[in-house]
Amino acid sequence: MNRFAPYVFLRDLASRWDVLAFIVVLGLIAFLGETSRGLFAPLAQLAQTPLSLDPIHLPEYAARTTFRMLAALALSLLFTLTYATWAAKSERAGKLLVPILDILQSVPILGFISITVVFFMSLAPGRVLGAEFAAIFAIFTSQAWNMAFSFYQSLRTIPLELMEAAESFRLSPWMRFWQLEVPFGMPALIWNMMMSMSGGWFFVVASESISVGHTTVALPGVGSYIALAIEQKNLEAIGWAIATMLIVILLYDQLLFRPLVAWVDRFRVEQEPGVRVPDSWALTMMRRSRLIQAATVAFHAAVLWTSRAVKRTDAVTPPTQDAPKRSLDLLWVSLIVAAVVLGLWHIVAVLVKNTPLHEALQVCGLATLTMLRVFILIALASLIWVPIGVWVGMRPTAAQIVQPIAQFMAAFPANLLFPIAVYGIVKWKLNPDIFLSPLMILGTQWYILFNVIAGASAIPAEMRYAAANFRVTGWLWWRKVALPAVLPFYVTGAITASGGSWNAAIVAELATWGDTQVQARGLGSYIAEATTAGDFHRIVLGIATMSLFVVIINRLFWRPLYYYAERKYRLT
Amino acid sequence: MNSSPLLQCNDVRKSFPKPDGAELLVLEGMNLELREGQIVGLLGRSGSGKSTLLRLIAGLSEPSAGNLRYLGRPINGPASGIAMVFQSFALFPWLTVFENVALGLEAQRMPRAEIRKRSLAAIDLIGLDGFESAYPRELSGGMRQRVGFARALVVHPIILLMDEPFSALDVLTAETLRTDFLDLWSEGRMPIKGVILVTHNIEEAVLMCDRILVFGSNPGRILSEIKVTLPQPRNRLDPSFRELVEKIYVDMTARPSGGGPGRQERFPGLGIGSVLPQVSSNLLAGLLEAVAAAPFNGTADLPKIASDLQMEIDELFPVAETLQMLRFAELEGGDLKLTEDGLAFANAGFDERKRIFMRHLLSYVPLAAHIRRVLDERASHSARKSRFIDELEDFMNEEAAEQTLRAVVSWGRYAEAFAYDDENAMFSLENPT
Repeated sequence: MNRFAPYVFLRDLASRWDVLAFIVVLGLIAFLGETSRGLFAPLAQLAQTPLSLDPIHLPEYAARTTFRMLAALALSLLFTLTYATWAAKSERAGKLLVPILDILQSVPILGFISITVVFFMSLAPGRVLGAEFAAIFAIFTSQAWNMAFSFYQSLRTIPLELMEAAESFRLSPWMRFWQLEVPFGMPALIWNMMMSMSGGWFFVVASESISVGHTTVALPGVGSYIALAIEQKNLEAIGWAIATMLIVILLYDQLLFRPLVAWVDRFRVEQEPGVRVPDSWALTMMRRSRLIQAATVAFHAAVLWTSRAVKRTDAVTPPTQDAPKRSLDLLWVSLIVAAVVLGLWHIVAVLVKNTPLHEALQVCGLATLTMLRVFILIALASLIWVPIGVWVGMRPTAAQIVQPIAQFMAAFPANLLFPIAVYGIVKWKLNPDIFLSPLMILGTQWYILFNVIAGASAIPAEMRYAAANFRVTGWLWWRKVALPAVLPFYVTGAITASGGSWNAAIVAELATWGDTQVQARGLGSYIAEATTAGDFHRIVLGIATMSLFVVIINRLFWRPLYYYAERKYRLT
Repeated sequence: MNSSPLLQCNDVRKSFPKPDGAELLVLEGMNLELREGQIVGLLGRSGSGKSTLLRLIAGLSEPSAGNLRYLGRPINGPASGIAMVFQSFALFPWLTVFENVALGLEAQRMPRAEIRKRSLAAIDLIGLDGFESAYPRELSGGMRQRVGFARALVVHPIILLMDEPFSALDVLTAETLRTDFLDLWSEGRMPIKGVILVTHNIEEAVLMCDRILVFGSNPGRILSEIKVTLPQPRNRLDPSFRELVEKIYVDMTARPSGGGPGRQERFPGLGIGSVLPQVSSNLLAGLLEAVAAAPFNGTADLPKIASDLQMEIDELFPVAETLQMLRFAELEGGDLKLTEDGLAFANAGFDERKRIFMRHLLSYVPLAAHIRRVLDERASHSARKSRFIDELEDFMNEEAAEQTLRAVVSWGRYAEAFAYDDENAMFSLENPT
């Protein structure tokens, strides 16, 4: 159902837990920001070999960038397997962990990069290492929450009989985890991983070169290369960077994700009818290679070996008695209360103390501007892509060609294309309030397109024949057949596009070309400006406001719309 | 026959807590004994708690009261000598046939060579030779369930538990699998010493079991125990086989010994708080027509009409009982006998049918009458769904309340007694007769 949705909704979350989670998360951010500010001063300029715009270096830069991606992926996987498992296994922990995840999905980490950069640089003794950590962490935040959510949902939906089979054959918890739970969650997890890649590329480009106050960190990579090209107004270099990125993403897709998706198909419990078994030349190659085969066998043996090595508890855990459970509950609740109080205190300390009322109002106004932009852009993109998506989706051959392209475009970091647009705006002196806006949706509009394509190709043939048989054509056909049928898919795509656009606002509303700066009024440029100025309380205020807006819009608009569409228009 | 039983259940009782703190009783007064060489069948409709009992025996859940003993020892958690075969097979799709079979031994940390030997032997025994490296999705339903059997047998269980193992298969495949299983059983080629089979198929129970426990619902309990002494292999067309099937139908439709009218049995209380089954008006009309027509002419023998209409008891009984509740038919002694109005309905035209149905719905289904009364009394002639759900939840859990209301909505719509708008969750008299 959520195959195309990096942003995952959960039904029936108690709303008070959301509020608590929100406070805890914001408190943490405020805390991080505060700590970072204290550690900010001693940081000096990083002395490194300067970056070069010579395209000869691009392969190396691309390799460095790719490495960051892989490291973040590994971290996200580790986080997923632990955090989501904990949340799913312990009812008590889940009550807090799940809403926290939900809020984290909505926090625009892009605006938060400046804080994490400083934070990680102060943590690590070697400074480049710290900056690397910060960049990796930024990518991590663009994937980990979605992946954890997906795995959590999988763990909660394992068919009862499979669980009973595992239990009645007395698999140890460790064995059950590796033989049942992980394989079961794998398809959704891999799919989510692939879908959140676009965010990852976006973030790696944005986080490699970052200026906070007087500190500039430029890690060798494609993102820094682009930043330097912008600084030197070198259009040719930007072209090179874009070409490099295209190749990198293509390789990543072909060598990593296609094989993974094809391989993971075996883990599907139920084969949805009509879904083409994915194929991958790379997987076929690996399967036929003896070396890879040996590695797989070794891995399987390792899983079995650890199952034997890990101590097995034969006794079934007896149902916990009431008395200790209650006291544990009490302890748990008091811990949460303590966290909430701490969070509140930090928010009060960092925000309220430093924020005059008029500034708070101004930020809300800016957020409204950005919100308006996002909605108008989503509407415009929908007007364009929904008809095209339906048209393509109804034609299987066209869909087979367009669908991978759309997915590829979604994965491409749109911020690489920003300089070209900014160059145009500067050259022709266009109004940045209007012409910077499309950049926000440049990378995220594709979600609308490929979700709609998927929806249109899922319309049952009989329904289309019926429509043709009763000569339902023209506008009536769109109104009664096509649009309702693709609505659930469209909403999924629009939610993702909207979330991504908020994030992109931070880099899209304030853009530079050499020493020229173009700025659109909005919350994104507010955060970006605060970042450049190294003004931490304004960063936190901006991020908090943006998170609040995103959460509220999700809760009041997208989520109800999503359930309405699922309930009324989902063809099953 | 050995003197000590393999398995004993004494006064087992199981209930689940309801959200309001009360408990929902699903199983009561369960006494059961399994001796060596026996196949015991638990026969009943869905909701009669037979699967719940099986899970208690498997150690997958714990009884609220009473005790279960396996070879004289109390059962707490899955025991090593008890293996289970599942209705939906419950195979791990990412493991091959061999790996699926080996998993149970793997969990016991048996030496690798031993695992291999025993797994291959089990695969061989159950007729899966040549399929060792196949994934479950490549197999047909019958082959998948064979893997289910091999996986259960490979751990050399003493007792085999089967949870409707043939009900997800088509008729032919199911019959082949049953015969194969019975052959292996009677030839003593399986390590198992006793079998418990959960089923809702009466013929399957008579075909396979030495003893059949007939379950009743609300709460689940044993209605009667039937010994099957026919020699194996049994023949479905054998008169004594038919006779047994007939007898079980009679048992399952019998009025409780308490004396009251039979419908009290399955619709306890029959106030507004009784749980209503989801049976469409088409099914009701269809069964009425079938019974009214030749060769039944108003009175149908249940086994006969079940096989004529190819309905399992799980499908047939709810329809027959709904007809009984609506006073369109009487259910007794294994027969379904139409009332005068039932016959009139079967012979009536479209509009007349709706009128008869409306009269019976409002007279004999208190919830329908209640909804209609509320709508009549209100000036707006409309009422929220939540109002009735709240009332129902005083008597039943949330899920049952939803189901009951869905059932009454569908009947009310057919009778045109009231209208319901799902979008706004509102009842109204929009199109009253």
